[in-house]
Amino acid sequence: MKLTLHIWRQPNTEADGEFKTYELPDVSEHMSFLEMLDVLNEKLISEGQEPVAFDHDCREGICGTCSLMINGQAHGPDRETTACQLHMRRFKDGDEIWIEPWRAKAFPVIKDLVVNRSAFDRIMQAGGYVSVNTGNAPDANSTIVPKQNADLAFDAATCIGCGACVAACKNASAMLFLSAKVSQLALLPQGQPERKSRAINMLKQMDEEGFGNCTNTNECEAACPAGISVENIARLNRQYVSAVLTSRD
Amino acid sequence: MSVLQSNVPDGPLSEKWTRHKNNLKLIAPNNKRKYNIIVVGTGLAGGAAAASLAEMGYNVKAFCYQDSARRAHSIAAQGGINAAKNYPNDGDSVWRLFYDTIKGGDYRAREANVYRLAEVSANIIDQCVAQGVPFAREYGGLLANRTFGGAQVSRTFYARGQTGQQLLLGAYSALMRQVAKGKAQIFSRQEMLDLVMVDGMARGIITRNMVTGEIERHAGDAVLLCTGGYGNVYYLSTNAMGCNVTATWRCYKRGAYYANPCFTQIHPTCIPVSGDYQSKLTLMSESLRNDGRVWVPKKVDDNRPPSQIPEEDRDYYLERRYPAFGNMVPRDVASRAAKERCDAGYGVGEGKAVYLDFKRAIEEQGEKAIEAKYGNLFHMYKKITNENPYETPMKIYPAVHYTMGGLWVDYNLESTLKGLFVLGEANFSDHGANRLGASALMQGLADGYFVAPYTVGNHLAANDLERKKIDTKNPAFDAVEQDVRGRIDTLLSIKGRRSVDSFHRELGLTMWDFCGMARSADGLRQAIEKIQTIRHEFWENVHVTGTGQELNQELEKAGRVADFLEFGELLARDALAREESCGGHFREEHQTAENEARRDDENFAHVAAWEYQGDDVEPVRHKEELEFENVQLTQRSYK
Repeated sequence: MKLTLHIWRQPNTEADGEFKTYELPDVSEHMSFLEMLDVLNEKLISEGQEPVAFDHDCREGICGTCSLMINGQAHGPDRETTACQLHMRRFKDGDEIWIEPWRAKAFPVIKDLVVNRSAFDRIMQAGGYVSVNTGNAPDANSTIVPKQNADLAFDAATCIGCGACVAACKNASAMLFLSAKVSQLALLPQGQPERKSRAINMLKQMDEEGFGNCTNTNECEAACPAGISVENIARLNRQYVSAVLTSRD
Repeated sequence: MSVLQSNVPDGPLSEKWTRHKNNLKLIAPNNKRKYNIIVVGTGLAGGAAAASLAEMGYNVKAFCYQDSARRAHSIAAQGGINAAKNYPNDGDSVWRLFYDTIKGGDYRAREANVYRLAEVSANIIDQCVAQGVPFAREYGGLLANRTFGGAQVSRTFYARGQTGQQLLLGAYSALMRQVAKGKAQIFSRQEMLDLVMVDGMARGIITRNMVTGEIERHAGDAVLLCTGGYGNVYYLSTNAMGCNVTATWRCYKRGAYYANPCFTQIHPTCIPVSGDYQSKLTLMSESLRNDGRVWVPKKVDDNRPPSQIPEEDRDYYLERRYPAFGNMVPRDVASRAAKERCDAGYGVGEGKAVYLDFKRAIEEQGEKAIEAKYGNLFHMYKKITNENPYETPMKIYPAVHYTMGGLWVDYNLESTLKGLFVLGEANFSDHGANRLGASALMQGLADGYFVAPYTVGNHLAANDLERKKIDTKNPAFDAVEQDVRGRIDTLLSIKGRRSVDSFHRELGLTMWDFCGMARSADGLRQAIEKIQTIRHEFWENVHVTGTGQELNQELEKAGRVADFLEFGELLARDALAREESCGGHFREEHQTAENEARRDDENFAHVAAWEYQGDDVEPVRHKEELEFENVQLTQRSYK
């Protein structure tokens, strides 16, 4: 198939960016979306032009590195699918495709389609852990966890930290991301001792990073490639309210 | 006497590690803050080591090329992690895990290291559960287990098909906690480009900031390489696109020995190659073989769709050839068996695939039960192939997945360069010639959580590093930095006519054709010549766009491919020198009448460790003889 691509080009954080248009003939429907970009880049290099910078690594939907707005949708049109797992059979001959980086104040563009997501690391540093040092763990089966809770905790823990939730949100909120971690640990006995400070501190960090707040439009869930449910945001809100009301700190 | 001192402690196998720990020198708690440790790579080994060392009180600098420490490729490990817990009460023990691992590795690993691995395996599960890793559980709330290849017990702990992700996020969160405490610093989007030696000890690294292009110097009292394997020398592999050999290769060129580079693992169950634009291969977890049955048609060129091939026309060749282990034979055996069937003309699809069929499991257990176990894998398969594995069998074929070889290390995980420690897949130590499933996660975390934190302290204390402080103004940094800058300038100045990727693909095809699942002396000699030719053309004709002072993905790739082009030759040389078949290394000249691998214990029960002698000079092959005091070497049989 033949495609027309409109791709955001921006040399660095400070510079202004713009859409540039590229024609790409002979795209196979079996290619992944990123392989299609590889082919474009090979073509650009052969013509002596700068290839398009985009983030990617595992190309199997688990590392969370790829981060493309495709026709206005984070990771493109398929549900629960990262850009690297999206295949060109989803498109048809003659299509025009608009490709942009994640857009959020807290995710500044580094170059072209590459953004800086280190704000997510700082949110994690604010409390996304259990305080246990190596070596002082009790036997793994000494604490029983009801399967139902373990399964719910697992569902929350599958967040890949890609930032699609932020990109999809009109407020650029990171609530889905942070609720996934708060939920995972709130559902497990190991997370109980720190659950109040965790909810308070992670939310505080989110605000400081410049992410917006949640207004329950649920676009984050629709865009999430890992299928993280907004129920986690509800759980986070309950954790947060009870923490604020009862915390002794 | 060999130059390679393994430093394995005396005493009975089961007491070695305890005794050794008792003899290691310690750094007092309030003195640990005086030491700086550099950790390169933040996967399971690096993340675990960085977090543990920081918890102990050391100052840790952790580096990764990804944009976050959470994205190292350990995250993609699917199936599980082994541990000798014996929770299922099926007779497992530290001894059995040790024995299975050393046998699975075809008797090419060091006994003492493997025993220690088995010994600490149980602690890993405890540690991860305490961190909040959501392992699979039974209805009673206790941890669940499943079976992996090469074992007759269920000792694999798992988190659906995302075990690596959950374990890595556990280590990452522990590391983030240390960053918050100010004990660890993270340098993401930074690539290590060289090692700095001062007075015979590893004391620093040179990195490139991948955002600004700045070349940076970092000094420390020890350097830990946790930089993964070299599978991407084959271009197509299950590794992430960024996985590379550069860190270990640069250290090799500074004097660290490279051990057993020809021991590569070709994983039997991957989605087959399609199209020449393909950028990577996707693994379908070995755990699928618990319920999936591997088969091909009994007739050559049987083009009927699988649903129309009746039972009597199907050849379940693993169950036929290996009745005792059936579909759960180790990876090297399963891969070769698939290749054998496809080469003989029984392959399906375009001839380079076999079926992995869940029909019987779905009939017996129901679709729901299968979905609970493998849902995400089936989902991934469907996305890539557009076929539904609940209805039609998966098509699979072997692909490069893991590399058992790596930098040579002693019992302390220290390389031949003092102060340079190598952990996880980057070292050679525990898997011999073939790694068993669910053992990579175990080894990465064992090295990171439970081995290096002790042995690194011993290095600092024994060498009195408190009194040997250096900083990045040391002239040793000038020389190495100049080398790094020179290499980058050269790459940017060639301005030839071919892209970096085109060279990488060409190298990969050569490696796959001549150093893949079957190797021969003739083929390997050809490979060495071809690699040299590709390398020479690379340095004359590669085109790297952009500049060094910006985010430049072509430049990053070019540096990595340049190193692969040197490393690939060493891999082929190692394969040529090892005149036997063992584990993942299959030499066509050395096989039994039934086409099984034939080991030569008399001449090759050793580790081959290569010493760099200069560019375009043949490296020297050293031997570390492997002494087996506790297990008897037998021809591996899974029949």
